[in-house]
Amino acid sequence: MKIKNILTYCFISSLFLFSLICIWKILVTLQGIELINFNFNKLFVFGIILCVINLLIGKKLNLNIKITILALLFSIFDYFISINLPIWYSFGIFLISLFFFNTIKNYDKNFLSKNHSSQKLFFNFLTLFGITLFSFVILFPFYMMLVTSFKTQALLLLNPLDFSINFAQGLPELFKSYFIVFKDYNFGRYMLTSTIVSLGTVIITLIFAIPAAYAVARLNFFGKNFLSTSILIIYLFPAIVLVIPLYTIFSQLGLRNSIEGLLIVYTATTLPVAIYMLQGYFKSIPKELEEAGIIDGQNWLGIIFKIILPLSLPAISSVALYVFMIAWNEFLFSLMFLDRPNTFTLSRAIQFLNVGAETPRQYLMAGSVVVTLPILIIFVYFEKYLVSGLTAGSVKG
Amino acid sequence: MSSKLAKIEKRTAYLLILPSVLLVFSIILFPIFSNIWISFKNVELKDLRIPEPRAKKLVKSINDNPNKIKVIYKLRNSSLTQEITNVKFKDKYPDNIEPISLDNKCQFKSNLLKCELGNWPKKYRENLEIVFQNVNNKEISKKELKSYKPKLSGKSQNILLTYEFTLNNFKKVIKDKAFIDLLSTTFYYTFFGTIGAIVFGILAAQMVNQKFFGRTFMRSVLLFPYVAPVVALAYTWELLLDPTSGTLNNLLINYQIIDGPINLLGQKYVTLNILGFDFKLRLALTTVIIFEIWRYFPLAFLFILARLQAVPKELYEAADVDGANPVQKFLNITLPQILAVISILFMIRFIWNFNKFEDIFLLTGGASGTRTLPINVYQQGFSIGDIGMGSAVSIVIVVFLLIFMFIYFKLLGKRADEN
Repeated sequence: MKIKNILTYCFISSLFLFSLICIWKILVTLQGIELINFNFNKLFVFGIILCVINLLIGKKLNLNIKITILALLFSIFDYFISINLPIWYSFGIFLISLFFFNTIKNYDKNFLSKNHSSQKLFFNFLTLFGITLFSFVILFPFYMMLVTSFKTQALLLLNPLDFSINFAQGLPELFKSYFIVFKDYNFGRYMLTSTIVSLGTVIITLIFAIPAAYAVARLNFFGKNFLSTSILIIYLFPAIVLVIPLYTIFSQLGLRNSIEGLLIVYTATTLPVAIYMLQGYFKSIPKELEEAGIIDGQNWLGIIFKIILPLSLPAISSVALYVFMIAWNEFLFSLMFLDRPNTFTLSRAIQFLNVGAETPRQYLMAGSVVVTLPILIIFVYFEKYLVSGLTAGSVKG
Repeated sequence: MSSKLAKIEKRTAYLLILPSVLLVFSIILFPIFSNIWISFKNVELKDLRIPEPRAKKLVKSINDNPNKIKVIYKLRNSSLTQEITNVKFKDKYPDNIEPISLDNKCQFKSNLLKCELGNWPKKYRENLEIVFQNVNNKEISKKELKSYKPKLSGKSQNILLTYEFTLNNFKKVIKDKAFIDLLSTTFYYTFFGTIGAIVFGILAAQMVNQKFFGRTFMRSVLLFPYVAPVVALAYTWELLLDPTSGTLNNLLINYQIIDGPINLLGQKYVTLNILGFDFKLRLALTTVIIFEIWRYFPLAFLFILARLQAVPKELYEAADVDGANPVQKFLNITLPQILAVISILFMIRFIWNFNKFEDIFLLTGGASGTRTLPINVYQQGFSIGDIGMGSAVSIVIVVFLLIFMFIYFKLLGKRADEN
């Protein structure tokens, strides 16, 4: 058994335990509980001691009993060095240490004497640590967004760290910001506009893209190669270089402040990627099926509708979801083209709220939740399709 | 026979692609080219409104005389800068009235009042008064009179369509002292944003490529920042980082890690003392880059994960037999396998970050040293209102973009040759 391995093991394990505890403590602090010290020294040293004990016990004891005892010891220690904390805090500590000792329960003297064991250990913990940290860093802003929308301005100013949700006040009081956002700030209307624009973009894009993609994938015509490369190049051109000419043209044609104008621009900007994604899929459909269709006397339209479309439903759903996501989240064009509140989309409305006179932040966050939630629900529910859409079209964003 | 079929095929193909080509041409390609046109013109935001001849119609009764009525048209040129030529006026009247006296510019025929009002200089205003009397003793209905709206037409020069050109916009762009700073900020933002997103993407992909409980859930969660609307995320971050009531500053102060709040989005520089040397870090820019990385590493993650899952397991098993350690496995097996994806990702993300507008705009609005080229397009064109300048900056972006694309397709072609 190498001393280096033992040292790495103790050091890294304890550090990992401590970082888990830190995240828990931050979350506890955000419930408005006064907690100003992480107690790094004490917890770290005690963590090392427990890790050594874990190593010494090894497999002599039933593993479940071992981890329970170690976790209990750790929680009691933490309970004594921290003052005046509620019981659920300590229970959280207990669960975390239970999880921690569960992951290290299999390490014993034998494992540590193997080759590369310190590096393996290091990477195991790095993975665990990474997963925890990544989840925390990613979910934290979303958590803050949600929780802020349940608070009131006065409470937020009184203690900026108190994000506890008071369920005792009753649901109407809890969801007050949402009622106000929908009633006073007209978010129902904006949501309708956003839905119409996004769905409209999806439908029009598909109507334009499916025939074009079919032609590029299957038919022979002059300029085909040129067309398929230019699709990619056009796709790489960003919205920001289109904004000024489109603004001038749309102002003069009177297309600004209209949903039609927005639909035209969204369709045109998503069309290249939709064609690109669809033609790739169409190419993978066996040609024999279409030939059979031709023998049956189908014309091109019949082939597209009766053979190609039913076979490529998964690809079409990916494209549809991806286009929906782009249109729903789009901000730059809606900022440029819409300045009358009756045509606002959700994104534009939230930006308007923020720029306009001091809007209380809980309303802003309630609006943000309203715009974020639908897209996240769609994403989680249709993840398979959306992920393939994202990978195919994610050169843009 | 076959040539006939080929002809039909060709015709069908053109028919199928025509709508898409037309739409993309008019909304994407045409604007890109018209940028060139606009950038050589001296156009401001207020010039965009086409000058319109306008008339407001007032109907007034004349004292104690129910048989007569006076109609006043308040005429004006809506433009403060441009002339309207050859203004024509038209208004409809009910059957039972006719004008008593008429201006010689006007004619009254079959209930239609027509006037030739000539040329109107900028800011032009005039009142046109006409007194009417009723013909068949029916009462004149004011309401009915008001219900007809006058129609005016006139010709004006559209500033966008004239042939006057100037080089001033480009001169201003290049001579601007801040131009070098603008470029360096853009490249700094683009480069570090791209590299950071790829590094974190590799880390995340490495993690998720292992088996653990909740792995599919983890994969979804990692994509959240990319899927959610940028407006919501940017404002949430703004609240998190707010110097006075933001959560981050309050947490750090609470744990006594910092003494006073740091304005992460509003402070241009911060001086760091590392090993006795003072480093000047562009604080707001760094914060914006971190947001950028946070939002776009999921994409790199998705690409790299897809590639990692395709790496043959035998390679790792062989390495285990050879007694390779994890670092060696990563450097000698994983990295070469994902290198191709990384280089493509780098190019594409570089191009996109170079053009990123929303993120910076929503977080800082381009203040405190975060002004990049795309932000400058917006500021020149819409905050200052100089459309020509905004277009000129767009042209600068397009030129850079073409260079990047050239390099990108060169590399892509090379790679295709190798395979």
